[in-house]
Amino acid sequence: MTRTTTQKENPMVDAQTGTADHVATIPGPEASAVEADAKRIDTENLDIYYGDFLAVKGVTVSIHPNKVTALIGSSGCGKSTFLRSLNRMHELNAGARVEGRVLLDGTDIYSRSVDPVAVRRQIGMVFQQPNPFPTMSIYENTAAGLRLNRRKMRKSEMDAVVERSLRGAHLWDEVKDRLDKPAGGLSGGQQQRLCIARATAIEPEVLLMDEPCSALDPIATLAIEDLINELKKRFTIVIVTHNMQQAARASDYTGFFNIERSGDPGQLVEIDETEKIFSNPGLKETEDYVSGRFG
Amino acid sequence: MAGSAVSMPLGEGAGILPPRANLLVAAVAAATCGALSVALGLSPFVWVLITGVVSLAAVATWSLVVEGRRRALDRAMTVLVVEVFVLAMVPLASLVYTVVAEGLARFDAEFLTGSMRGVLADGGGAFHAAMGTFIITGVATVGAVPVGVLAAIYLTEYGKGRLKRAITFFVDVMTGIPSIVAGLFAFALFAIFFGPGIRLGVMGSVALMVLMVPIVIRATEEMLRVVPDSLREASYALGVPKWLTIVRVVLPTALAGIVTGVMLAIARVIGETAPLLITTGSIDSTNLNPFDGRMANLPVFVYQEYKFPGVPPEAYIERAWAGALLLILTVLTLFLAARLIAKRYGVEIRR
Repeated sequence: MTRTTTQKENPMVDAQTGTADHVATIPGPEASAVEADAKRIDTENLDIYYGDFLAVKGVTVSIHPNKVTALIGSSGCGKSTFLRSLNRMHELNAGARVEGRVLLDGTDIYSRSVDPVAVRRQIGMVFQQPNPFPTMSIYENTAAGLRLNRRKMRKSEMDAVVERSLRGAHLWDEVKDRLDKPAGGLSGGQQQRLCIARATAIEPEVLLMDEPCSALDPIATLAIEDLINELKKRFTIVIVTHNMQQAARASDYTGFFNIERSGDPGQLVEIDETEKIFSNPGLKETEDYVSGRFG
Repeated sequence: MAGSAVSMPLGEGAGILPPRANLLVAAVAAATCGALSVALGLSPFVWVLITGVVSLAAVATWSLVVEGRRRALDRAMTVLVVEVFVLAMVPLASLVYTVVAEGLARFDAEFLTGSMRGVLADGGGAFHAAMGTFIITGVATVGAVPVGVLAAIYLTEYGKGRLKRAITFFVDVMTGIPSIVAGLFAFALFAIFFGPGIRLGVMGSVALMVLMVPIVIRATEEMLRVVPDSLREASYALGVPKWLTIVRVVLPTALAGIVTGVMLAIARVIGETAPLLITTGSIDSTNLNPFDGRMANLPVFVYQEYKFPGVPPEAYIERAWAGALLLILTVLTLFLAARLIAKRYGVEIRR
């Protein structure tokens, strides 16, 4: 995929739901001030299915480059499903499919000519449970994306990438003396940072994080949040979280997914600047959710 | 066992038996019953049997009186399970003992280095048979492992729908093929091309392959299934294609288990006699070429020596036992190697 040289000025983009009665607008990023070298994602009327079951309905949203977008909402309302549809991981489930469009800097990643494997090289992912490869050392785990894709690289270059990625994940100082040890020996928080290092080593444009801290203790969680703040200089970040404070602390934009009744598809009902969502949201249901009145 | 029953309403019997009470009772029961059976002239078999019954009853009664019903039942079940386990071990212990005792007589240097060529009574060895077993089983393994592993990869990673169900079904059917039928299959197959009466080492390999493939498929499938999906997803999310994910992530994670499975499959077929009897035939001299005529092997060697002894028969019978001992040692080595590999290279899979 080649980067489409689209206009960089960001018009006000609408985020609208399938029901169209509540339309939220997100202000664009402060134009050229950011070093906007990561890519943006736009979805247009994205419907996500498991077989015949419509899990997420009509998501139209713009995810701004070099910003952190948090997705909140109660369990089962489709946040993770939506996230996984952004790098074509969703379709790995049997019978899973999407309708609508997902544009990465203007290129539809679901177009027939696009290789899903190439999409995933540009849109990396960090999962809920840390999942380092148990057969590989810390070094090999970090280099896994490069090695497994058989990118030819000199040892010294590879070393440099590994060090840069581990430093970028705030893990270097803790592991530099045991790079050849199995990754399974690290603590949960270290493993998760290793997974972040692994995901960033292949220099994706976008980093998707699916509840990356839900298996971690508060200190490890804070370490990851700090990290997220730094990573957005290089990547566009979308993070799913159940932790409202985390969304408030770590994100620039917050999107709220909701589900009207159990069995209905989930919808993105509101998305806006994080500060606004948490102080003065446009919708009552968002207000209820962020203030803890729900269920 | 923390036996402080403080709140009486919840249980009955506050007492506690001394440590190792079960063992103590069993020992006393064994001694008493032993004395009794000597006095009455009963066979050792009866002695063991009544010891089992008596110790079970004694432990249960003693515990019931002192500790109450719940603990008595627990003790009775413990004793029962241990006794059944011992019962199950009896054939193994007896078999190993007999083979070692009988086999050691001829388990010497000549046996391990010599063949049966020109041997009329004493002396001779099973070198030719051991080499034959090594080659025949080796060729079978080289054939069966790729087929089995690839089939298992298809079943766990790619297969869906009718084809997958059909393959799973036929693998089950294959598991149940009697070994003699596998031998007849190999015989019939080669008879088509070379005419009846053909005997080749590789025919035995083909027969063993038929027996090995389903075992390898089952074992590998099992191991691939326990590789967590999260590892596959981690690899996909790095932009690694599916086939490369299987080769570089899934297979290495499951490798130790697959190797163990293959070892167990080898151990399972290495002692097969019936299919080799009709495919490899039997020969007295060493033949190391599986594509050139008859080839000796250990199971058939043992069978021949035992079934068709010459004069004096003792030399033949002793060679048969020594052959059996060699076979058991080979299988044991394979098992140990399998355990060692699993322990050394196995990765702990957390779910």
